[in-house]
Amino acid sequence: MTGHAEKAAAFAANESRTHWHDESLWFVRVKRDRQAASIPEWEALREAASAIKTHTLSRLADYLEEFERNATANGIHVHWARDAAEHNAIVHQILASHNVTRLVKSKSMLTEECHLNPYLEARGIEVTDTDLGERIVQLRKEPPSHIVLPAIHLKKEDIGELFHIELGTEKGASDPKYLTEAARGHLRSKFMEAQAGLTGVNFAVAETGGVVVCTNEGNADMGTSLPPLHIACMGMEKLIPRAEDLAVFLRLLARSGTGQPVTTYTSHFNGPLPGGEMHVVIVDNGRSRILGQPTFRSSLGCIRCGACMNTCPVYRRSGGYSYGYIVPGPIGSILAPQRDPEKYASLPFASSLCGSCTDVCPVKIDLHQQLLAFRKKLVDLKVVPLQKRLGMAGLGFVLSRPWLYRMSGSLLRAVMPVLPRGLVYGAWNRWGVQRELPAMPKESFRDLIGKELS
Amino acid sequence: MPSVGLFIPCYVDQLYPQVGLATLRILRRLGFNVEFPPEQTCCGQPMANSGCDAAARPLAERFLAIFGKYDHVVAPSGSCVSMVRNHYDHWLHGKPRFEHLRDNTFELCEYLTGVVKVTKIDGDFPFKVGLQMSCHGLRELRLARSSEQMTAPYNKVRQLLSQLRGIEIVDLLRPDECCGFGGAFAVDEEAVSCLMGRDRIEDHARAGAEVIVGYDMSCLMHLDGLIRRAERAQRVMHVAEILEKAQLA
Ligand code: SF4
Repeated sequence: MTGHAEKAAAFAANESRTHWHDESLWFVRVKRDRQAASIPEWEALREAASAIKTHTLSRLADYLEEFERNATANGIHVHWARDAAEHNAIVHQILASHNVTRLVKSKSMLTEECHLNPYLEARGIEVTDTDLGERIVQLRKEPPSHIVLPAIHLKKEDIGELFHIELGTEKGASDPKYLTEAARGHLRSKFMEAQAGLTGVNFAVAETGGVVVCTNEGNADMGTSLPPLHIACMGMEKLIPRAEDLAVFLRLLARSGTGQPVTTYTSHFNGPLPGGEMHVVIVDNGRSRILGQPTFRSSLGCIRCGACMNTCPVYRRSGGYSYGYIVPGPIGSILAPQRDPEKYASLPFASSLCGSCTDVCPVKIDLHQQLLAFRKKLVDLKVVPLQKRLGMAGLGFVLSRPWLYRMSGSLLRAVMPVLPRGLVYGAWNRWGVQRELPAMPKESFRDLIGKELS
Repeated sequence: MPSVGLFIPCYVDQLYPQVGLATLRILRRLGFNVEFPPEQTCCGQPMANSGCDAAARPLAERFLAIFGKYDHVVAPSGSCVSMVRNHYDHWLHGKPRFEHLRDNTFELCEYLTGVVKVTKIDGDFPFKVGLQMSCHGLRELRLARSSEQMTAPYNKVRQLLSQLRGIEIVDLLRPDECCGFGGAFAVDEEAVSCLMGRDRIEDHARAGAEVIVGYDMSCLMHLDGLIRRAERAQRVMHVAEILEKAQLA
């Protein structure tokens, strides 16, 4: 099984493309900085967002029930799904009972997490992702590589080629405006034919029983106003207590994620269309297990803005696919091993622990501390390679014994300089593949201090 | 005068003794009674950062036993000081002298600016300097405002160095991006680590930096290794090596 490092190395091997990827995302980070700086109370907003999420998570069950009561009173059907399988079955059952064969979807990371598309397609339902980036990766039969910018790994030439094959655009076309127009035309016909619309949920408001969806393309509105049936799928952590709390989160979300003051569309769904039906599916799928772990609980406060990806120096140089999980980057590296510690054991180590994610996160999740805490958890679970665990135990043994530490240091400094270069920079030396080792001084500090003080 | 325990991280002791000496000289010239307890080895960070707490914990306990008696502990490393200040709690919580130790262990620059309150620095350093704001010192010790934070800017390293005659501190396109060292990350994720490092060096070069200056020799060792392999002209220096040549008051 290859971990993050191997996939990252393969991505980074194409250095010019990696730099392009890095620059594209850094550009978004810079936009974020500009927007955040324009709000004098930015840090207070982050503090408030964090406090609201901490509070909500501390009595999540109550708020969920309050939401259910109010949503039901609004005429919304509320469903509860323990896991991905239940979620998929519920959605399918709703669609099947309305004889839906064509579904349009706006962006929803949850349905990606649950692998809803293949589930529905296997049951004869055509699913069209209508977010442009999502549609691009769907046509390429790829998962998104970023939670907000699903096709950020693709250049406009790649998209031109894809659209030429899939949508019949001119060969070699790469003008974003032309390609976007083509996609719009294509999606329009999908909207017209759809019998149901599915959306994700950015915020579910307990007090009002409504849900809020933020998009830039208005596709959630198209997908829910044309067909009479709307299904909104949400992780159970998407809740906020009051409508006024939106004032905090909506100011943070787009500024953090894409560097816009606000998303182009902020759609409030408080009930079905006249004559239509609206369903909300609330999904656990492992979330209550995270809720039960104080160290990792705050990761449920994530509003999926993507800022921690944009700022992560590793993500920018390794690409979303190197994580192998639907949510990549720092937050994904905590969420993925919650799901399967063994499979995703390399992710908490795919970080230099620089902490930029922690400082950028609009809800102040201590991301890099959780990455570190997860390393410990993985060592305790013994899913970290034995070699590493033994190596660290050995190092600890040496470092706890001053005489042994001293001797090892002297030996290293004496031997390294006289060894042939070919041996020092042999295959064993991962440090030395692209880097020189430090020059080995004759004497250590502790050898010299006597002379200094006398 | 408070008693000062000098904490010289293991890799500085073994590989960069001149940085240890520079730190010692700076502190002694300021009149401190500096002691270097010879039983010290390592703060435990390499093991702790790999998740191997069982191997790290005895080192934290040793550290407290060795350094707990001093009024202040000073080290030329942001990362190792952050280990003591931010990551010892769950092992040493409630142990005698631990809270004192935690709150009185300082990285050199924060010690000079915040505790000694050095106001005058008399010296020359006629070079273009790029600051490598290593992450743990930056975001865990808050030696400067990080570029993500929307608070009033400050930078304790710049505050010290900018007083030197002839120094020009250059503006980087990415003022505090990680160099890619990250401890075991440097070898576990060798490809990304080295790319991060080369990108940092390029940013410093573009800004015209002749010397890359930092407060963590580990990050500088990584950058220096890349610089020497590529036979580039830049040099790396620890901030103590520069301040050592100046008069501090
Ligand atoms: S963890 Fe924070 S920064 Fe990352 S996506 Fe979630 S809210 Fe955004």
